[in-house]
Amino acid sequence: MSQQTKKGHFPWKHIIGFLISIALTLVAFATALWTDWSSSTIFIIILIFAVIQAALQLVMFMHMTEGEDGGLISGNTLFGFFIAIVIIVGTYWLMTSGHMHMGMSM
Amino acid sequence: MDLKWNEFIITGDPLILGAQISILLGSIAAVAALTYFKKWTWLWKEWLTSVDHKKLGIMYILSALLMLFRGGVDGLMMRTQLATPNMEFLDPQHYNEVFSTHGVIMIIFMAMPFLIGLINYIVPLQIGARDVAFPFLNNLSFWTFFVGMALFNISFIIGGSPDAGWTGYTPLATNDFSPGPGQNYYLLGIQIAGIGTLMTGINFFVTILKMRTKGMTLMKMSMFTWTTLITMLIIIFAFPVLTVALAMQTFDRLFGSVLFTLHGDGNPMLWVNLFWVWGHPEVYIVILPAFGIFSEIISTFARKQLFAYKAMVVSIVTISVLSFLVWVHHFFTMGNSAEANSFFSITTMAISIPTGVKIFNWLFTMYRGRITFTTPMLWSLAFIPNFVIGGVTGVMLAMAAADYQYHNTYFLVSHFHYVLISGTVFACFAGLIYWYPKMFGHKMNEKIGKWVFWIFIIGFNVCFFPQYFLGLDGMPRRISTYLPEDGWTGLNFISTVGAFLMGLAFIIFVYNIYYSWRYAPREKTGDAWGLGRNLEWATSSSIPPHYNFAVLPEVTGLDPYWDMKEKGLDQQKNVDYKPIHMPSNSAVPAIMSVLMGFAGFGLVFHWYWMGIVGAIGIFITMIVRSFDYNDGYYISVEEIKETEAKANK
Repeated sequence: MSQQTKKGHFPWKHIIGFLISIALTLVAFATALWTDWSSSTIFIIILIFAVIQAALQLVMFMHMTEGEDGGLISGNTLFGFFIAIVIIVGTYWLMTSGHMHMGMSM
Repeated sequence: MDLKWNEFIITGDPLILGAQISILLGSIAAVAALTYFKKWTWLWKEWLTSVDHKKLGIMYILSALLMLFRGGVDGLMMRTQLATPNMEFLDPQHYNEVFSTHGVIMIIFMAMPFLIGLINYIVPLQIGARDVAFPFLNNLSFWTFFVGMALFNISFIIGGSPDAGWTGYTPLATNDFSPGPGQNYYLLGIQIAGIGTLMTGINFFVTILKMRTKGMTLMKMSMFTWTTLITMLIIIFAFPVLTVALAMQTFDRLFGSVLFTLHGDGNPMLWVNLFWVWGHPEVYIVILPAFGIFSEIISTFARKQLFAYKAMVVSIVTISVLSFLVWVHHFFTMGNSAEANSFFSITTMAISIPTGVKIFNWLFTMYRGRITFTTPMLWSLAFIPNFVIGGVTGVMLAMAAADYQYHNTYFLVSHFHYVLISGTVFACFAGLIYWYPKMFGHKMNEKIGKWVFWIFIIGFNVCFFPQYFLGLDGMPRRISTYLPEDGWTGLNFISTVGAFLMGLAFIIFVYNIYYSWRYAPREKTGDAWGLGRNLEWATSSSIPPHYNFAVLPEVTGLDPYWDMKEKGLDQQKNVDYKPIHMPSNSAVPAIMSVLMGFAGFGLVFHWYWMGIVGAIGIFITMIVRSFDYNDGYYISVEEIKETEAKANK
């Protein structure tokens, strides 16, 4: 049903998504090529742009949030990201703090 | 690995020799019986290749009972060794092997398969489905679990068991300190079984989300289904961590990498960290379904709807998030910064809140209910105070500063036995007895069941309550003996008496299975207790027909079957049947898993040719499966009519 009502409309969502994607790519490209920031700063900035773009792709082009299971898929994806961040950040924190840190720097 | 034959087969220990002989005789007896009664085809066609969730559930539960016996014997051996000071029943090496296998078997090969067995049998019925979303995968899950279990269990007669604790901590578990095949058995056995668990997680998550019957929204699901859904979510996110960690340690041991070793740039604490990133969610994987079982039983026998259903759902969803945020409380003493320990102390205390909420929900469900004291209800009632003792001591352990005192003592041992036995094991007993008529068409004898209950509950408290005080007296865990001067003799002896009471209760329980099979009256209806509330009781016969429901039920609210009974509806008596589409059995999972076991056994002994042959075999079975175009068969209307007519008698 929703497919049919959408038919005939101009695909604004796709165009906007496409333009933002191009803009993000250009900005990332410019950061890497024409700034004299340290390589780690550039790396972090590019990474942030990449994450934004990946999210954009999932939502704008791959219709992650739409359909019967949209909420569920989005919820599970966010939960997955949350767990991944917890595990990576937590592990890094634990392995580099306290006595462990002293042990490792020796 | 160069091994002499007498290092390959364990010799020289009378206990192990006894086990070897009994295993040999048992196997010969089983093969002879199957041949004599001409049951091989029946076993293969009806059971081993079956994709029926009910039969898989029963096979899971039988394997789990076998492992409860094996793990229980391990426990009794440890308690015998510790009964008096300077005991010479087990030497320290053997003792180390026994406590390592006791832990692994009880958690991974007893608690999980027991619960997964109950889930397999009951959840598809409770959501009004005819099978799971991926029936082939369900059979494969069972077989990888079974082969992993078998691989782990043969370690004590071939090559030697793992002896680095159920946690397999590095650096102790590295090649430097644990040479020999023992730890390899641990890594490969759990790895193979873990694949099955992960597939179960995906399978039931999808089943519950996509295959609920008409009208059953998420908030109309039974509490057991809800806890299963959240358990499967935790499995999906926690088990990959274990898989990766096991693979890393396997690389260290087999291929000489230095990820967790002391030499090179290895970091042994990273194993500890990764193990508990999985290990703490694992605790909730074995306790949440138990909470679901108790919720079902308490609401059934109190004849009331579960109190504050929504609060219960919110609390288990909260647990799914929090269970991933507390893992460091298993190793506060590793020397983290004060900030890290404080953070995980607070999250640990926070997770006790949703659990506390549930305790009140159960109490208020019983409040003003008309309670029937059946055996499953007795187990559920005993769960509440015993679990609270375990929970309160858990909050004591959660305080990082105080944990430096309790850590690695019998206080901790007692704590986790109190939560795991009164939580998970009581739930396994309660759930099995409660759903027994659904599985086998007759109840277990209530009188014998009550004897089992009382002997076990007294034995359990006699065994583990003194251990709190042993811990406070400074007795460390995992020691194989102690001196008379230590002053631990009396409490240890009492504890051993309790352990043997639990063993006695288990024997009577097994006898009850036999006794009830012989003498219990057969159930006539699907609603064996007469008080059923959810759809598993709505089947036309006591043991559900192969297709579960001739007509899929429609649901309008919570406790749908109770509702149908009140309104006098019997949806199954609708005569307008349609052909039912069912999945076909498959021999591929059994063959594929046996090949995994073959490859795993080779890798245990560094026989790489065997690993390669096994791996090629696994790929061939995958290809065979990919070209399998059999998409099931239809049960004809005549056959349904015939089955239903028989059922309604």
